[in-house]
Amino acid sequence: MITSKRTEILSILIMSLLLLFVGFMQSWSLSFSILNMCIISAIMSMGINMQWGYAGIFNVGIMGFTALGGLAAVLVSHAPINEAWSAGGMGIMISFLVIVLISLIVYWVNKRFKTNKKKYWIITLVIIIGLILVKLVYHPSVEAIEAVNPTLTGFLGGMGLPIIFSWIVGGLFAAGVAFAIGKITLGLRSDYLAIATLGISEIIIAVLKSEEWLARGVKNVVGLKRPVPYEINLQQTEWFISAVQYFNQSYLLDIVDKLEYEKVLNQLVIESSIIFVKICYAVLFFIVLLTILYLANKAQVSPWGRMMRAIRDNEVSANAMGKDVVRRHLQVFVIGSGVVGIAGAMLITLDSIFTPVSFQPLRYTFLIWIMVIVGGSGNNLGAILGGFIIWFAWIEAAPASQFVINILTSGLEDNNTFKIHLLNSIPYFRYLIMGTILLLIMRYRPKGILPEKIRYS
Amino acid sequence: MIDIFNAIVLLTNFIFIPAITYGSQLALGALGITFIYGILRFANFSHGEFMSFGAMSCILVTWFFQSNNINLGYLPTALLALPFAILSTIILSLLFNKFVFSYYRIQRSAPVVIAMASIGVMFVINAIIRIVIGPNDIKFFDGQKFIIKAKQFKNMTGLSEGLALKSTQVITVFITIFLLFLVFWFLQKTKTGKSMRAFSDNEDLALLSGINPSKVVFITWLIVGTLACVAGTLYGLDKGYKPFTYLGLVLPIFAAAIVGGIGNPIGAVVGGYTIAFSEIMITYAYKKFFKYLLPESLEPTGMIQLLSTDYKFAVSFTILVIVLLVRPSGIFKGRTL
Repeated sequence: MITSKRTEILSILIMSLLLLFVGFMQSWSLSFSILNMCIISAIMSMGINMQWGYAGIFNVGIMGFTALGGLAAVLVSHAPINEAWSAGGMGIMISFLVIVLISLIVYWVNKRFKTNKKKYWIITLVIIIGLILVKLVYHPSVEAIEAVNPTLTGFLGGMGLPIIFSWIVGGLFAAGVAFAIGKITLGLRSDYLAIATLGISEIIIAVLKSEEWLARGVKNVVGLKRPVPYEINLQQTEWFISAVQYFNQSYLLDIVDKLEYEKVLNQLVIESSIIFVKICYAVLFFIVLLTILYLANKAQVSPWGRMMRAIRDNEVSANAMGKDVVRRHLQVFVIGSGVVGIAGAMLITLDSIFTPVSFQPLRYTFLIWIMVIVGGSGNNLGAILGGFIIWFAWIEAAPASQFVINILTSGLEDNNTFKIHLLNSIPYFRYLIMGTILLLIMRYRPKGILPEKIRYS
Repeated sequence: MIDIFNAIVLLTNFIFIPAITYGSQLALGALGITFIYGILRFANFSHGEFMSFGAMSCILVTWFFQSNNINLGYLPTALLALPFAILSTIILSLLFNKFVFSYYRIQRSAPVVIAMASIGVMFVINAIIRIVIGPNDIKFFDGQKFIIKAKQFKNMTGLSEGLALKSTQVITVFITIFLLFLVFWFLQKTKTGKSMRAFSDNEDLALLSGINPSKVVFITWLIVGTLACVAGTLYGLDKGYKPFTYLGLVLPIFAAAIVGGIGNPIGAVVGGYTIAFSEIMITYAYKKFFKYLLPESLEPTGMIQLLSTDYKFAVSFTILVIVLLVRPSGIFKGRTL
């Protein structure tokens, strides 16, 4: 236990030192960007850690849940487009209601005729009739919505609320989809859930890409409102300028020339405003991170957490003890996906731009998995650490591999084709590094950097 | 009467031929997944990348042949390069078996853990491919492109619908039939094949009766490497080689394997064709088809397309979900070779 405590402190220390190092060597702006993304990645990996570390559920649909969170950010914060609502809002609502109705009927039929083989025919019939109904109202209204000012909007818009609410809504969206998918596949074999989540995430991305009435599809939604001040406003605020003056006193006092002073101050204000905004984000994100960490740790040491571990370690005996395994799995799957959804909403808040095309499984699903495994599955702090380390490595892999390649090929001339080819493929070395890290950790430290703490109590 | 023929030709041209081709590619991929699942007992997420690697090595060897003016005339040079590509894919899979997978097999790790390791392998192969050949599209087909051109067919039959038969499609189908025959013959008739089936059925019992596990695993990777390389090459030959598409292929391939009953080779083949046919049939716009069959007054105004092609993932997914709900073990009962 003592060594584990030491590793904890040591790894957090190393992480902070690395970020400081980036700050001094490259730039503070970059250092804070990395920090912000690290926090978001850490929250995602905590969500997955709940599923994998607490319960042994293998979810490879992280990308989809992230994107749902992002969708929530758009739907909550974008101003509503009344014209589009009056053009086709009604039709969309009706189709939505019909879909809900179909699901309810199917659910009812399934319950009512439990053993009857005919139920599949009834269900198919209901779905087909329902889909035809939906198609009749849906297409005209979609066309009407997309025709409203297509270059700028062409979608329904959102609710016009502060974007920070979307963090909760995003969690709920993801949790809702997780509930549906979990209901179908949990209770079957664990790899089926993996494939099903892989599928649902691809479908979510496909929907976001092609349903333009929802969030403009591939046309992207830009300029979402921020929860923090804008740089341009900060640069004209009195207190901010005086604060910059105060912090750079010793440096500014040396400048005698009035014009020169103004110029230097202006430059400093611009630079600090960028960093200040990032710090604001970092503070907000840290609050979320610490809240989730607190709750997750509480849950883990509670009787509920013990039960989850019992189910994970021996499903059969947990079942024999009267624990409803499928139900508990569903519960933890929904909660974990919800946390991923929150992180997704935070990600879009940070970018203030929603681009469905940017969601790639390697980056948004499998990279998160590497974070969980490397950090230490079953340990929340480990998941956070994994998020920090892997995101840091992901960002710094390109400069690092450039450095290494330059050294290795220093004997070759600059116009050597082999050298040029290697330098051109630098972006792909990060995949190599990530894969190797995962394989090495799994082989030589299978419990991760910070292993799960097992309390016998 | 002519209209009916036209309609049939239309469906053959746009649904039947492409679906058979795509289905063959999926079937070969799903067969590889099923072999790994049946014998090594894990879901191999890196299978798509193995396919991609196979196609890449085939391209490299093809380029070498082309630069030395070696070709097969009417047939694509890639066919000549295929054996070398298979060899390199097998070597790659054996290397990964030695350095990654065998450790977990001996440790008897949980299947999900090995699946996780396969994600690491996926990253590594993905990187190797992009470093070696880059992320861009590559067309490596040469030789005669069409066996029947649409225009030729029109002139020949006098129908207004054309039927085009690409040589890649014929090659795909022939190679698939040949490989499937070989695999099933091997599993049913040879002693090694029988021992593999025994191993897949009950590992402990197989070990007791003196079957050498490392030999079985070695043979499995031989077969899987071959199947992955051929499937990847055929897919690349038919649709053009794009490194990133192979990651997307993992979903339909897994769906095919599960739909057919994972671990069951016949199921994998049937599943592959099921997925391919439904994917193409559901995303095809039937407007023209009905135009031929229905009288003018009833002609459809819309595209009569059930789903847009953007949602082709949704098709394999829906079939997967339906099968999981109705018959979780797949069409054929899964879990033995």
